Amino acid sequence: MIGVSGLSVAYGAVQALRDVSFEAETGKITAVLGANGAGKTTLLRTISGLVKPRAGVVTLEGQTLTGTHAEDIVRRGVGHVPEGRGVIGEFSVEENLRLGSLTAHRGRSGRREALERQYTLFPVLGERRRQPAATLSGGERQMLAMARALIAQPRVLLLDEPSLGLAPLVTADLMHTISELCAASGLTVILVEQNAKSALRIADHAVVLYVGRVVANDRADVVAGDERLRQYYLGLVE
Amino acid sequence: MDAFWTSRVMSDILGGLTNGVIYALVALSLVLIWRSTRILNFAQGAMAMLAAYVGFAVLAPSTNYWVSMAVAIVAGVVLGGLTERTVVRTLYGKPEINPVVAMVGFLLVLESVAAAIWSTTSRSLPTPFSIIDWQLAGRPVAMSPFALYEVITAIVVMVVVAVVFQFTSLGLQLRAAALNPEVSRLLGVRVTRMLTLGWMLASGVGAVTAVLVASNYFTGLTPTTMDGVFAFGFIAAAVGGLDSPVGALVAGVLLGVAFQFVGDYVNSNAIILVALGLLIVSLMVRPSGLFTRRTERRV
Repeated sequence: MIGVSGLSVAYGAVQALRDVSFEAETGKITAVLGANGAGKTTLLRTISGLVKPRAGVVTLEGQTLTGTHAEDIVRRGVGHVPEGRGVIGEFSVEENLRLGSLTAHRGRSGRREALERQYTLFPVLGERRRQPAATLSGGERQMLAMARALIAQPRVLLLDEPSLGLAPLVTADLMHTISELCAASGLTVILVEQNAKSALRIADHAVVLYVGRVVANDRADVVAGDERLRQYYLGLVE
Repeated sequence: MDAFWTSRVMSDILGGLTNGVIYALVALSLVLIWRSTRILNFAQGAMAMLAAYVGFAVLAPSTNYWVSMAVAIVAGVVLGGLTERTVVRTLYGKPEINPVVAMVGFLLVLESVAAAIWSTTSRSLPTPFSIIDWQLAGRPVAMSPFALYEVITAIVVMVVVAVVFQFTSLGLQLRAAALNPEVSRLLGVRVTRMLTLGWMLASGVGAVTAVLVASNYFTGLTPTTMDGVFAFGFIAAAVGGLDSPVGALVAGVLLGVAFQFVGDYVNSNAIILVALGLLIVSLMVRPSGLFTRRTERRV
């Protein structure tokens, strides 16, 4: 279980998160929803150690992560697929994956096996392993970014707007992949989305942020059925 | 055939190649550092000079060339790491003029320190091979055993750097840290360590270069030995593209050959003019360099 408690983050005078607390259950998908500027990306960046909180703690299985450097937090089992995917376009698909494999796999043969496992999971990446990542389509890049995080064998996966810029069908596919991964491996997922509809379809739990505060924290179906939340915070008006 | 090798054109090409590989090595050091830290290391030549002094002056006179070369490389690597940790680290994220001023200042400090310790008197370094040109049918070929050693050493250094960057996990991390530090951190790459290692590597390349320069040139080893070479290496890096190691190498060699022709057919005083003209034209026409692909950065 990964949780944040009393988390406050500020960029200069701008308060991005105020006293945010919630827990993401192991093996479940927790969606973090909200409009642009609600603090969703800041939340993930704080969990993965890129941003230092002004107050509050992040804990993984009861152990504090706050204050640990980002490059060590990934070694503790938290994988972060950043907004815009963070695929290194100048690298080939395989180089991106190799880079992701360095923390968890030692030795050439171990890394090769780990790569092959990802190619089995995402066959399209295997076909394009020698291509520069910049030449991939949006959906393929999202696959690559996820595979690159998964190859480090994380316990927790932070996904920042994976559906951004993807066609609805590709998004549906992607959401399906995420929920399958979660069910198959006991992976804990924190899924940040502006696309509340697709996220709520696969999430077990949902947290809604509004200008840096938690305004809802409940089961996904409860949040999805709450007319007030749908209208005011999620923009889901039928 | 013999006449071909000893012809004026071939002499210029061979002589130019020998100089060109040196410019290429200087350019390579600059590119390595520019790519990883976006800093133009104006002190690169001076750091290399200092490393050469440590190898050849501190150990003198019981000098075995190879021992001194090894010591110079180690000194260069250490100096590169120390420089990054102390001088350079304060410059990251500062306005672009700050690193320029700081590195030029550092250059002056290093040259003054070297002059204070070892004086400005030139000292000649031992050479492991003969510097007398080979002969073919009684006429000289513009290549000596030492010059050949110089070219081969430069190629070996380039190949080692290429292999490290392209085929090792360390190289993968060095490149990743340069291209996208934040994503690299998320994948566990220790970016600050990579920056230090990049400086160590570039400075080690510099040390080899300085030893070759100081043993080949009439000047020998002085605190300002590297100034001229650095200027040409800098131009090679700018013309070839500061982001392109291959561009730097090719431009370095081509410049070396071109200057040799200018010096031979025009006037050796015209070389610097041509060099600066080339720099200005290339900055106007292709500011990103001849060999830099302008791929759209989509991250």
